[in-house]
Amino acid sequence: MHGTLSILPLSVSGLGFSAGGKRLLHGLDFELAAGNRTLIMGPNGAGKSLTLRLCHGLLQPTEGRIDWRGGLPDADKRHAMVFQRPVLLRRTALDNLTHALALAGLPRGEREGRARQALSRFGLDALADRPARVLSGGEQQRLAIARAWARNPQVLFLDEPTSALDPAATKSIETMVAACHAEGMKIVMTTHDLGQARRLADEVLFLHHGRLLEQTPAEEFFHKPRTPEARAFIRGELLW
Amino acid sequence: MRILHSALIGAALCLSLSLGGTPAIAQEKVITVASTTSTEQSGLFGHILPMFKAKTGIDVRVIAQGTGQALDTGRRGDADVVFVHDPNSEKKFVAEGHGVERFEVMYNDFVVVGPKSDPAGVMGMKDIDAALKKIAAAKTPFASRGDDSGTHKAEQRLWKAAGVELKGAGDWYRETGSGMGPTLNTASAMNAYALTDRGTWLNFKNRGNLVIAVEGDAKLFNQYGVMLVNPAKHPHVKKELGQAFIDWLVSAEGQKAIADYKIDGEPLFFANAKKGQS
Amino acid sequence: MNQPNAFSTAIELIVSGNPALGAIVMLSLQVTLSAVLIASLIGLPAGAALALGRFRGRSALIVISNALMGLPPVVAGLVVYLALSRSGPLGFLGLLFTPGAMIVAQTILILPIVISLTRQTVEDLWAEYAEQLRSLGSSRLRAIPTLLWDGRFSLITALLAGFGRASAEVGAVLIVGGNIAGYTRTMTTAIALETSKGDLALALGLGIVLIAITLLLNTGAFVAGRLAQRAAG
Repeated sequence: MHGTLSILPLSVSGLGFSAGGKRLLHGLDFELAAGNRTLIMGPNGAGKSLTLRLCHGLLQPTEGRIDWRGGLPDADKRHAMVFQRPVLLRRTALDNLTHALALAGLPRGEREGRARQALSRFGLDALADRPARVLSGGEQQRLAIARAWARNPQVLFLDEPTSALDPAATKSIETMVAACHAEGMKIVMTTHDLGQARRLADEVLFLHHGRLLEQTPAEEFFHKPRTPEARAFIRGELLW
Repeated sequence: MRILHSALIGAALCLSLSLGGTPAIAQEKVITVASTTSTEQSGLFGHILPMFKAKTGIDVRVIAQGTGQALDTGRRGDADVVFVHDPNSEKKFVAEGHGVERFEVMYNDFVVVGPKSDPAGVMGMKDIDAALKKIAAAKTPFASRGDDSGTHKAEQRLWKAAGVELKGAGDWYRETGSGMGPTLNTASAMNAYALTDRGTWLNFKNRGNLVIAVEGDAKLFNQYGVMLVNPAKHPHVKKELGQAFIDWLVSAEGQKAIADYKIDGEPLFFANAKKGQS
Repeated sequence: MNQPNAFSTAIELIVSGNPALGAIVMLSLQVTLSAVLIASLIGLPAGAALALGRFRGRSALIVISNALMGLPPVVAGLVVYLALSRSGPLGFLGLLFTPGAMIVAQTILILPIVISLTRQTVEDLWAEYAEQLRSLGSSRLRAIPTLLWDGRFSLITALLAGFGRASAEVGAVLIVGGNIAGYTRTMTTAIALETSKGDLALALGLGIVLIAITLLLNTGAFVAGRLAQRAAG
């Protein structure tokens, strides 16, 4: 897509992570394919955010491997991440986007055009000259997604992007995620919201206590989960 | 970003203004004179320097220090001319090759000031030896410069001549370790006696209870000398301009300018340059 | 005390538009603002580098810069004096007893303040921003300008602290400037001089003028900062 080689699939094998003498992830093996939406689910402390950060390259695994297809050299520039609480800089919405594009290595002359395009794409033009830090939580998160989109990633990681938002803002974020997916972006998102997962997921990775218990198509996961933990989780009985 | 830019430009402007003065000075006629607080704070320089500048176009920058420090400034090459008042140190300065030649310019006199109540009973005395002996005997507070200045050295010579041993003198003898003005401020605050040059005293505003107690002894005369810092040791010394200042000080015109400086009708300095002095 | 009132002296000084006072105020501001400018050009990046850098001796540098915030001005003045003296290593510059020498001394005095406060500010910001900036592909080095700009409201306070220390300082500028009338006489050295002449009213009057100027500048910076902060969030 976008005229460049795809960095997908992402192969994860034997992925482990320890911190402070505690093993937080135990030998995860999975592969993420292009095109579909993968939701990483599990109770608190399952290791969802950790897995996302490892895949995005913010953390180095203590065991195992994370391989983008063919080990493409600039693969790390081709995936972006949206955090639960977006960090926006103390400058205008537009400048936040141009700053991110500068970090992405876009030539100076192209940054503003691309930034305005990103704002337009999601109907955020009116925010362009507003200081980002005074925007509402929902607006900030939408801006964060627009910022990620502007960098034209092949994979978009989202870590609980709506957990701090009200239902209306949550809906607009879900719409944006759907739009990104419609353009061909691979979506990898964590959530603890079952309703959201039902609405968005094509595939579910179910984690529990740092172990991967299931990687199943969404339809199957919600109707015929294979493990007792997943069954309990879907019934709302497994909270940690 | 705009705010930052304008702030930077403004600050850069300040910088260029303040530093810009320095290179231009190379062409301007400027000399630096290390002198004493007595000449500066008495207002003498404020009186004579404009006349010198009008005649020669030379700006004189005066750094007012104690005599010891002023001589050291000259020794390090940080001034072109040294204008101080401690003949012995000055002669040594020239003998060691730091100065070219010493010219006597003028003298003023020291006075002993003290509280109106006069606890030592020296008010109106003329004999400085006797007066100092009485102060020491009465153990009334005495504020000394204690800073290696010309006045401090003169004071120590006077004590010695009076036969008073200062070592272990007791807490009535207090060294302030500061300039003439601060020492007078201290004396005024603790009703102490002090030795001061008349010029600084006449210009001093915070007198409190202090008045002149002892004056007029020939031993209290205080000779000023001026020397060019040796260009052989410090090649950057402005030889011609510095010498022009010295020549003017000892000329009839300069001597008259010094003699004409008065406060409340009282002359502060007595011009006494001689022809062919060494 | 049979002395004129310091406040009326101060008001007279200001209202009379005394040109000598004007020149002294201008020189004081030029010297101090130049020192603040130079200290920011060096101290802001250096402080940020100290916050983000990972190198040997970093902790030692942090401790040293914190300690130097308390450097006695007289010591700074003496060091600059010995360095700039004709008999010193930098004597060839001919800077001693010039405004340039005073700028050097004040820069040395306020540099540790700017470095230390910048380091603290940037370290705090980095804790908040690190993941996001790294996700966007920023290296630690590249994060320096980003964090300095985002910390600008806190950093202005650091610069004001530096300005305060420099403008209030007398020991260093007296030694390296020489308090030459009309050339290196600043507000503070003029105050010291008038005090030693026993003209306490004039000295205090000058002091009031100095405080008024400092207050004015700080008020301006505070209001401008508040307005900008309200606009920028």
